[in-house]
Amino acid sequence: MIVLTTLIGVGQGLFLALYAGEWYMRIHSGLRDSGEFYVTASVLSVGLLIAGLVASFFHLGRPERAWRSAAQWKTSWLSREVIVLPIVVALVALYGAAHYVASSPDIAPWLVQRYWTLWIGGVATAAVLTLFLCTAMIYACIRFLQEWATPLTVFNYTLLGSASGFTLATALAQHYAAEMTLFFGVWAVVVTLVALATRVASLIRNTRSRRKSTLQTATGVKHQHITQRSQGLMGGSFNTREFFHSASPAWLQRLMWLFLLLVFPVPILLIVAGLSVKMTGILTAAFVAQYIGLLAERWFFFAQAQHPQNLYYQTMG
Amino acid sequence: MTQLALVIDLNVCVGCHACVTSCKEWNTSGVAGYLSDDRPYGEDPTGTFFNRVQTFEVGEYPNCETVHFPKSCLHCEDPPCVPVCPTGASYKRPEDGIVLVDYDKCIGCKYCAWACPYGVREIDTHQKVMKKCTLCIDRIYDEALPVSERKPACVLACPTSARLFGDIHDPDSNVSVAIREEGGYALMPEWGTKPANHYLPRRKTRIRIHEDELVRSDNPLKKERERPVGPVREQTLDDVTSW
Repeated sequence: MIVLTTLIGVGQGLFLALYAGEWYMRIHSGLRDSGEFYVTASVLSVGLLIAGLVASFFHLGRPERAWRSAAQWKTSWLSREVIVLPIVVALVALYGAAHYVASSPDIAPWLVQRYWTLWIGGVATAAVLTLFLCTAMIYACIRFLQEWATPLTVFNYTLLGSASGFTLATALAQHYAAEMTLFFGVWAVVVTLVALATRVASLIRNTRSRRKSTLQTATGVKHQHITQRSQGLMGGSFNTREFFHSASPAWLQRLMWLFLLLVFPVPILLIVAGLSVKMTGILTAAFVAQYIGLLAERWFFFAQAQHPQNLYYQTMG
Repeated sequence: MTQLALVIDLNVCVGCHACVTSCKEWNTSGVAGYLSDDRPYGEDPTGTFFNRVQTFEVGEYPNCETVHFPKSCLHCEDPPCVPVCPTGASYKRPEDGIVLVDYDKCIGCKYCAWACPYGVREIDTHQKVMKKCTLCIDRIYDEALPVSERKPACVLACPTSARLFGDIHDPDSNVSVAIREEGGYALMPEWGTKPANHYLPRRKTRIRIHEDELVRSDNPLKKERERPVGPVREQTLDDVTSW
């Protein structure tokens, strides 16, 4: 899940950056011969999305039945994600193909300099934003997972994915299309800063939130002092393995500071440095740091959720 | 509309785990397929169960009491685990309200377990599908069984009759009467899941004696001390009757 959500986040963000970059270039200087950049970045975006899809298969008990998961799109956000993800892959691939055709006049001269890429990109942008919504709502719709059940989850998934995508686009542009580097770099910093605001807001919200479920509501016994003596099993069970992490609160706290550093200030500094000395290596380092930070961020996101079922599984014996 | 459910009387549950073992015995050989165990006699045993009996201590020694707390799927009337299922494997039967998993459709994504606040769904680590209480669907409708045995295995096994089984939408059923008259309640009402299973609380039978009941108030002077000598010389009612 951690790998899936971060990988498709980068893939989606990279596409959003590309499309924004295309608009910027068309408005300011006309679409110059940067077809190679668009094609490479689109292929990379598709690759990241597919890699995320593949990663998602590993958490299934029965991956051979995964095709069934498109069935319940009327009620399940997971089902909706399963439907929208291939659509996004197809549209981004189509966008890359359109750029490839447009930049190779000998294939189809009548396509060159048309606005087809903008139309396809517009539809793909809508699909990408829908995918962000679906992915985040998988978590945000579970109302008793109070750390997740907030619109901030949707903002965080969208903005963090977009930030990493813009950062990657900056590094790619430095190598393939230097005239767009500054545009991507500035927006990577801006999106990262906005993501910082919403992520910190959700952290603050979660430290302040009060638990609605307690041992009193879980057992229906009205007493301030209830202690579990036995959970009905002497070894482990699915319930003790799936919903608990073994990390100590101190370790979680350190992890939080680690991701706050790696996702936000470190890439911003590296982007600023990379933009000033125009080095692809530094900009790539910015992306790598941000991606590692996002892995930590997602781990923290999952670890922070306190499942009400844990109230029933506090003591062995 | 029918909503089958269990009502569990915490006042009489003694925590013997007979419901757990009978559930496991029936369902591991029933339509649910086997409920796999790993290292049952080893160092780190683990296994799949539909039903667990947990034990809580309420209060602090010496003013404490032990509450044994059987916990299985509550067959919520608004089950949060059902709409999240991407394949439709998890479903609620309209005819009797039982929440079931279609083991042939389940992809083992565990989303339903995350969407259940009660932790009553357990993945089978060998079949890789989600398993949960079926209310012994293969018992309660089995016409080959005598009517008295068409009940979930846990209900039949309970030596103290702490488990009742019936339709909570029928106001005259044993479970509805028990919920209504014995203070039945639902778990975690704060999430609006409307669990069908209910619990009956611990109840203490106390006799209430007021202080004036400890001394005779109807005619205390007849026995406790001598009759007052008053101005009345003729017989009073007390002189001629006694009760």
